[in-house]
Parts: sequence; structure tokens; C-alpha cells
Amino acid sequence: MAEDCGEVQFFGVGGSPYARRVQIALKLKGVKYTYFEEDLRNKSELLLKYNPIYKKVPVLVHNGKPLAESLVILEYIDENWNKNYAILPQHPYDKAMARFWAKFIDEKCIPTVVKAAWTIQNEEREKAIQEATEALQFIENELKRYNHKFFGGDTIGLVDIAASFIAYWLPLLEEAADLTLLTVDKFPNLHKWSQEFTNHPVVKDNLPPRNGLLGFYKARYAALK
Amino acid sequence: MGESEVKVIGKWSSPYAMRVKIALRIKSIEHEHFEETLNPKSDLLLKSNPVYARVPVLIHHGKPISESLFIVEYIDETWSNNNSPSILPSDPYDRAIARFWATYIDEKWFPSMKSIITVETEEEREPYYKVMEEVVERVEEAFGKCSKGKPFFGGDSVGFLDIAFGSFLGWLHVTESLYGRKVLVEAKAPSLVKWAERFADDPAVKGLIPDHDKLLEISKPLQIKWRALAAVGKKY
Repeated sequence: MAEDCGEVQFFGVGGSPYARRVQIALKLKGVKYTYFEEDLRNKSELLLKYNPIYKKVPVLVHNGKPLAESLVILEYIDENWNKNYAILPQHPYDKAMARFWAKFIDEKCIPTVVKAAWTIQNEEREKAIQEATEALQFIENELKRYNHKFFGGDTIGLVDIAASFIAYWLPLLEEAADLTLLTVDKFPNLHKWSQEFTNHPVVKDNLPPRNGLLGFYKARYAALK
Repeated sequence: MGESEVKVIGKWSSPYAMRVKIALRIKSIEHEHFEETLNPKSDLLLKSNPVYARVPVLIHHGKPISESLFIVEYIDETWSNNNSPSILPSDPYDRAIARFWATYIDEKWFPSMKSIITVETEEEREPYYKVMEEVVERVEEAFGKCSKGKPFFGGDSVGFLDIAFGSFLGWLHVTESLYGRKVLVEAKAPSLVKWAERFADDPAVKGLIPDHDKLLEISKPLQIKWRALAAVGKKY
């Protein structure tokens, strides 16, 4: 990859699934970047300058021009460094479907799973689990319908990257918060996909350490109970 | 290209459906319109958008696409070679900025209007007005940067961000009428106020912004419906 990347800066937080999406995409494309680990309790001047609207990670700055929102950044990475590794599909219809499912993951899957993990009251927890199950079922059905190794086909694509939360963070939440959600009998395809995804050579090296994240979640759950 | 190859499931009052209509007009694409009542939801809608069961849906060669902004991108990509203007900018960074602002608008703009219409007291409305005022301030600034002195966010012609923001003008005026409080004002957003007039007059948009009185009329039953949903803790 002799392509000149220009100056690329990436602001993230190690444990953030949204930041890791951007990291995985940059690695898949072979883009060289300088990484800035943010402390969200003490945000840097640069982060506040580059993302004044949301003041969140991830932020990508390319040749001084900042971008925020992980899915927006992923599309930018794909369009700007377009000589290798396609993250989005080629055909407009497939692109629209990929965008749809990536957004669905952000709007429905992640919030419902997070809610289920951190809801303590029994009845409310059952309800939250039901909502999360319904959301995940849609994703399960998509995998089942196309029966490919990844959502992107033979290679990892936008939806796979967006769904990294399901593959890696969700099982940790289940363990830490005594949550039973992604069972193999209800979600055989998601289980198989998770294995493939987390074992992918690029993904494997770009996920946060398991113990750190698990410890963090366990502490949070203990504080709630 | 036959009419039935492109079908839109829409609703006259839906700002999201309006986005699709504008995009199809820009590209001069004839289509068949299916007016969704949403009460009850049609079989066609349930079949075409099983995840959300909401408008708009574009059906092209029998294949359905949902989510208004994704439909607009699809239209731009599919009919990119027919001598019509591009809807998204060509530069990847400009495209990303347009998408960023469109997402920001979807998150904050119409949801605030719905909340203003739904909550009961002036005190409860205040924080949502504050959100809308902040959006106006930020989008006014974004307009300056995106338009680069030209008439629209997209430059010379109506583009992605024009469509994303302009589609709410009808509902904005209704929200402003209901309680007599304006948010898109000359003093705070001189460029946007002028832009709104240009947008509404543009051939791609003319006639698509729903009639003010008709929208005001349906805002009453919608207010009742949204208040009922809010009362049981559901999203409206």
C-alpha cells in the first residue's frame, strides 16, 4: 500500500466499540495514522475543537479536516482510500441495504442490549431482554438469508464492522451483568459469524483487551445492584 | 423506463417522504405513488418495510429500500448518468460533512418539533425550543461553509443537505404557528431565512411542501395520539 495517506489523526477511547470500528476500517485499508487516546472525564482541547457538536469519540482528522460519527467516518474512509479493500458494496441497492442494517444496529440493537444489561428490576429487565431479542433476531435473519461468512459476503464489510459490538462487547456484557441474550439455539448464525469475525486477522489485533473491559462492566453492574 | 418500475410508498404530510419526491424530481424519474394511510398500515408497507413499517419506501424493480436519506443516496447513485444534477457532492470530505449534518438534523430537528407539539406546558416546551435554536445556529454556520457563497447547501442546485433540512419547512411553520414562537428568524439566521425561500421556490420542491392549513389541521389529532403514547412511556 504505497498510497500517500496524508496526515491522519484518530481520536478514540480503547473500550469504545464506535472508536474500534474506525480503527478496524483504517487497518483494513492500510491507512497510517496517529492515535490519540482520550480521557472522557478530561477531554482534550483538540477533541473539543474537532467535535464541538457532540464532544465524543471517534473523531478522524484528515489533513486538518475533522469528521465525527463512526458510520460517517467509515464511509469517508471507504470513499477516500478507494483503491483497495471495499468496505461498502458496489451496487447501489446493496449499499442501501448495508447502510440500513448498520443504522439499525446503532438505533435498535446496541441501545436495547445496553438497556437490558443495566436494567435491574426483574419485570423491566424481562421487557428489555425481549426488545433486544427482537432486534437481534432481525440481524440473525439477515445472516441466515444470505448464508455467507460475513454480512459483507466473503470479506468484512460495513455491517460486520458496525456489528462488532454484537460479536465482542455483547458477550462481555452478558458475562458481567448476568444476562442471557445471544444463545446459540436462538442465534446460531450470529454465533458462527461472531467466531469468524473476532478471529479475523485484522479484527483480532484491534479489539480491546477482554479483562479490562470485563472488569469495567462487572464494577458497573455491582454498583447498580 | 416505465412508471411502474419505480414506486414510492409515501404520505402527503411526511417530511421524510418529501425527501424522496424531491430527489426523484431532480433526476426526472417518473414513478408510481402509493399514498399510505398508516391507519391501518397497508400490506404493501408491511411487506416492503417489515423492520419499521414506516414511510417512505422506494421500490425499484420490485426491490424495496427504506430510510429516506439512504433512498436519496440510492437515487443519486442509480441515476447518475442521465444529465441531471448530482445530489451529493463529489468530494469525499464534502459528502461526509453533508451526511454528518443530515444525521444531526434527523436527531434533533423534527424530534424537537414533535416534543413541542406533544408536551403540555410552556415550561416543558422551553428546553425543546432551546434545542431548535441551537440547531438553527449551527446549521446557519454549516450553510456558510457548505454553500461557499452559492444559493444552496449543495452549491448551484438543491443537494442532499438542502433536501435533508428543507423537507421539514412545512412542519416548522406549523410548530411556529401553534404557539406563536418562531425559531428560523432573520436576526439569528439571515442566510437560512433566504435559503428557505429559494428552496421552497425551486422547481424540484415547488408544490411538495404540504399546505400549511392542512398540516395544521392534522397536527391536532397527531398531538392527541403523541400525548397518549407519551403518557404510557412510549416513543412518539
